[in-house]
Amino acid sequence: MLDIFKLIALAVVALVAAIAANWARDAAYLVHALLVMGLGAGLFLWQLRTMPIPGEPVPSRLAPSGYMDGPIRYGVIATSFWGVVGLLAGTFIAFQLAFPALNFDWGQPFTNFGRLRPLHTSAVIFAFGGNALIATSFYIVQRTCGARLWGGNAAWFVFWGYNLFIVMAATGYLLGATQSKEYAEPEWYVDIWLTVVWLVYLAVFLGTILNRRERHIYVANWFLLSFIVTVAMLHVVNNISIPVSIWGSKSVQVFAGVQDAMTQWWYGHNAVGFFLTAGFLGMMYYFVPKQAGRPIYSYKLSIIHFWALIFLYIWAGPHHLHYTALPDWAATLGMVFSVILWMPSWGGMINGLMTLQGAWDKIRTDPIIRMFVASLAFYGMSTFEGPMMSIRAVNSLSHYTDWTIGHVHSGALGWNGLITFGCLYFLVPRLWGRERMHSMAAINTHFWLATVGIVLYAASMWVSGIMEGLMWREVDQNGFLVNSFADTVDAKFPMYVVRALGGVLYLAGALVMSWNIWMTIRAPQARAVTVATPAE
Amino acid sequence: MDTYSFLRELADSWVLLILTLIFLGVIGWAFRPGSRLIHDDAAAVPFRHDRPAEERDDD
Repeated sequence: MLDIFKLIALAVVALVAAIAANWARDAAYLVHALLVMGLGAGLFLWQLRTMPIPGEPVPSRLAPSGYMDGPIRYGVIATSFWGVVGLLAGTFIAFQLAFPALNFDWGQPFTNFGRLRPLHTSAVIFAFGGNALIATSFYIVQRTCGARLWGGNAAWFVFWGYNLFIVMAATGYLLGATQSKEYAEPEWYVDIWLTVVWLVYLAVFLGTILNRRERHIYVANWFLLSFIVTVAMLHVVNNISIPVSIWGSKSVQVFAGVQDAMTQWWYGHNAVGFFLTAGFLGMMYYFVPKQAGRPIYSYKLSIIHFWALIFLYIWAGPHHLHYTALPDWAATLGMVFSVILWMPSWGGMINGLMTLQGAWDKIRTDPIIRMFVASLAFYGMSTFEGPMMSIRAVNSLSHYTDWTIGHVHSGALGWNGLITFGCLYFLVPRLWGRERMHSMAAINTHFWLATVGIVLYAASMWVSGIMEGLMWREVDQNGFLVNSFADTVDAKFPMYVVRALGGVLYLAGALVMSWNIWMTIRAPQARAVTVATPAE
Repeated sequence: MDTYSFLRELADSWVLLILTLIFLGVIGWAFRPGSRLIHDDAAAVPFRHDRPAEERDDD
């Protein structure tokens, strides 16, 4: 009965999508409708082919047992794939800034900087980071609760649904569908789809926690749960909009003016705070103790770290709106909370680093630990730099300059990137039942490529950002501005080239990792050890 | 008083006080007597469930 219901539902989806494709008012909507139509029709056929034939005995299926690692394996591969795509896009647009001729005439308007830039940010944050978070959270929640993922195939729906969201977001940007909100560019129907997927994700995660065999919920799950809940809230509030037509991608925001700006940066900063910080701290609190082979330095500190982060982060958004129409008190509030945030952030960094107490030699011998340590060091560095840049006087120099870009990348490449790479190196041998990664030397190479890449990136952007900030405000003895805007662009050229080279190194590291993961999974000489039973 | 002014005054007086007290209460609770054993036990959770329950016989 349920099978027949699914069949009808899939047929309706394919039919409605076909009608939508026919009546589509713009290219992005047309392509998405065709995509959904194809998926609906394909799933319809697949459902038809796998349905039990009436009258024949139904093959008895064993109740699944053990941990559900299928979606995690797919998630690991998706993470490395999207990582390479996102970093490639970033490196290309970095070269576009240095050499504008790379905005090829034949590729207009699809491949200009304006359309590729959100593709890059979404690919690295939501595709690379998001797939890493979903995969690791599924791994962590099962192994800290001693329970299989709740909800049967719901975890598969989360994986495929989330990646469909990414494909629709990315193709939408190239075809010109955007609501022009930073990190929240996808249009209304893509937002609705993500909301559905995200609520299922929340259900799977919560259901697993409720089935746990431990009395206590391990702290990594607190961070991951706060990430899932807060992102749901931020996403829904920031994307309240009314579509112009249900057959088109264009929509109009409900908030206007400074309210819209404040909502956007309340969302935007907490996307950093809860997606890129709380979620990745959940990874840190599980994988660093596991790889180091010893429990977290101080469990009390992790509790304080959690609550301080939760209470403070949500207020920090207004520091993006200094010297705007936003009331001064609100900007000051955001600045004060950002500065206070420095303390819990460093508490968390110290907690992670001190977990290595008594095992410091592993930094020399274990390249995965070295990645974790470097990522925590970058976490500490960018959580000092961020509060400093949120101070109004500093922000008057740094805002709109490349310093901001450098800050974001030392956090994203250093903290998020390196910790994700470390987690992938931890997960791949365990998920595919190998003793270890194919090549430890390649992990080492990856570490140095990534680190040198970040240093080139961050250093060139500091120089470029502070230089252009000072050039913009330079006045002569009569009070006239000395430099035109084009003068600052011209002066930044060498730094742009260095930044792009840093991106090339970082991308090369990710390619080495992808090769290593591929070889570990496929390696014919590797002797398979029993799946899901790592030696401890 | 219009809604904006009311909410703004409520936010930086009573709500600020309540949230601060909740925050301090949570921190204080982490330091309650007897929490050390619970925390040591919790910190060991990641090392207990590498294999699912039905495959283990030491459970």
